[in-house]
Amino acid sequence: MSDALLEVEDLRVAFAVGGRELRAVDGISYAVDPGRTLAIIGESGSGKTVGCRAIMGLLPVGTAIGGSARLRGTEMIGLSDAELRKHRGQDMAMIFQDPARSLNPTMRVGVQVTEAIQTHRKVSKKEAYAQAVELLRLVRIPAPERRFHEYPHQLSGGMRQRIMIAMALACRPKLLIADEATTALDVTTQAQIMELMLELQQELGMALILISHDLGLAASYADDVVVMYAGKIVEQAPAKRLFGTGGTVKMRYTRALLDAIPHLERPAHTALPVVSGRPPDPANLPPGCSFAPRCPSAADDCRVTRPALVEHAAGHRWACWHPCENGVSAS
Amino acid sequence: MSAQEQDKPLLSVRDMVQEFTVRYSGGTGLGRMPSTPGVKAGVVQAVSGVSFDIMPGETLGIVGETGSGKSTLARSVLQAPGPKSGSVIFRGAELTHLRGRKLLEARRHMQFVWQDPFSSLDPKWRVRSIIEEPLVAYHDGDRAARHKRVDELLELVGLAPERYAKRHPRELSGGQAQRVAIARAVALNPSLLICDEAVSSLDVLIQAQVLNLFERLRHELGLSYLFIAHDLALVKQVSDRVAVMYLGRFCETGPGESVYRKPLHPYTRALLDSIPSTEPGAARAAATLKGEPPSPINPPSGCRFRTRCPRATEVCAEQVPPPRELAPRHLVACHHPLSEPAPAATVSNEVTAPGTPVTPTQSARVISS
Repeated sequence: MSDALLEVEDLRVAFAVGGRELRAVDGISYAVDPGRTLAIIGESGSGKTVGCRAIMGLLPVGTAIGGSARLRGTEMIGLSDAELRKHRGQDMAMIFQDPARSLNPTMRVGVQVTEAIQTHRKVSKKEAYAQAVELLRLVRIPAPERRFHEYPHQLSGGMRQRIMIAMALACRPKLLIADEATTALDVTTQAQIMELMLELQQELGMALILISHDLGLAASYADDVVVMYAGKIVEQAPAKRLFGTGGTVKMRYTRALLDAIPHLERPAHTALPVVSGRPPDPANLPPGCSFAPRCPSAADDCRVTRPALVEHAAGHRWACWHPCENGVSAS
Repeated sequence: MSAQEQDKPLLSVRDMVQEFTVRYSGGTGLGRMPSTPGVKAGVVQAVSGVSFDIMPGETLGIVGETGSGKSTLARSVLQAPGPKSGSVIFRGAELTHLRGRKLLEARRHMQFVWQDPFSSLDPKWRVRSIIEEPLVAYHDGDRAARHKRVDELLELVGLAPERYAKRHPRELSGGQAQRVAIARAVALNPSLLICDEAVSSLDVLIQAQVLNLFERLRHELGLSYLFIAHDLALVKQVSDRVAVMYLGRFCETGPGESVYRKPLHPYTRALLDSIPSTEPGAARAAATLKGEPPSPINPPSGCRFRTRCPRATEVCAEQVPPPRELAPRHLVACHHPLSEPAPAATVSNEVTAPGTPVTPTQSARVISS
């Protein structure tokens, strides 16, 4: 485990909302090796974003963060803002869903990339310009010298996201966290941006964390998959184990997520297998398994005792009392 | 419904064109002479000559990328605003000729579900008033009858009236809010429901619930749908027929199964290849589309897809490909459909060369100079 780039152990994040403690992330552990891609999958409110923001130090002051997240052996949790700033950009960077909102609409995009360089490195203006153009070229922006002078509104969504990636890569971080970075893009553009990120990952030897609600994206692009539900990891495995013909999905929630994706092979007008209800209120979690109220095969023990995340097979952990047999729902 | 009525299309759209004028918003064109704000800069033909029919009880799905004109198409059908030219015949009435009260009356049978339920529901109103509003607007029943109807509608979309009728939209989750929007849309017993990315903002489990609700309403109320989304798999799931739209035109229409199994247009093929699959190995067709759609202000001549098409030849630049029926009810507008072998002499497209995608602003620049 010591050669892992990022080691997260028992990470906990809690917000105080109206006097109540709201546990957004409740004891998650995972590791990412250099050059590997980890997908963190879950619905809105499952804690997938909050967990990564905690590592980046991007949560509001007063948020209770516990546990540990070590980046190349250095503890990130509990660092002061000034100390974190040394790591952000240099060691880790994050890109977000909506590039239009992440970019400054009144600044030329090239200047924003230059700013990202000059924040972290003492370089001359001329040198920063040269590096910025080089970055735009790196993210395959055509005619980068001309694009440098354009404003975000003059670019398409895919181009804007490329600019965001260029800024994130300004200091060649070891870890790039992409938070739903392709969700707002068209499917053809999404394929382009994903290809770009994987190419850059190879070139720069970065580790990549993909935060997404789309299991298809995880299956297509990730090496390892973490599935989160109500602040906890419910299943964790190499992508190869989970998906495909020999896929062995164990956790019913992962199965439900997979089944709910409209499939081209499915004939039209057939009902999609659904689970009813919605994720539990994080301030008022059920005592047993958080997914039990929605689970088609929940039994009495599920409602009483919470199943622990246990490694049942090599590299494959799940937290379920009644896992699926051979990846297929028994019920 | 009688057999005769079954044969007549519920909605029949012919050669519909929708244009918007683009005006300068000020600012400088990169060191060039400042453009005067308000001066006409160009015309965007968002929808250029689209024809289709929807039969009673049928669902037509429309897929396309951002800017393909699919939402404009929906709004033009709804006459909000009406199209620039062409005809929209709904239940036997030519909507483009109707004005005022007559248009309102005709439109009552055509309702809309938007993408974001929170911006399409008034945040200050309670759920009951929101669903009741169309009934009030069309003077449908007295107060007691309307209340009963709202309760029925809430039950229909799977929300318990006693729990949800008094809530405000902010007290609902995204899926619940979309259910309220659907209840409002079906309140007047419409025959056509236009859904514009109606499930795109929902989580996958909630999305499946709402898709199943649409399917149930189709059965129970005999609804027809015009279902618009950017996700081909999702559209195919709910549709009898699928139309693929690119830069304001249909490039392929046909039964969903046929379009998916045997796509005829290179663009449809590229869309299919771009969908992330849960089958590793089958996925990651690396050679998907290069570049981005050109600007609709200055679309390419001939076939609009030719600048990104691997099969483009000279004829593609010269002639607009007419729709041809190459399989039963399966039409394609392409000079070199995938059912034929690839043309020998393809134009060495600057776009297909790696690393130099055409970008929308390159063509937009023509306007701003």
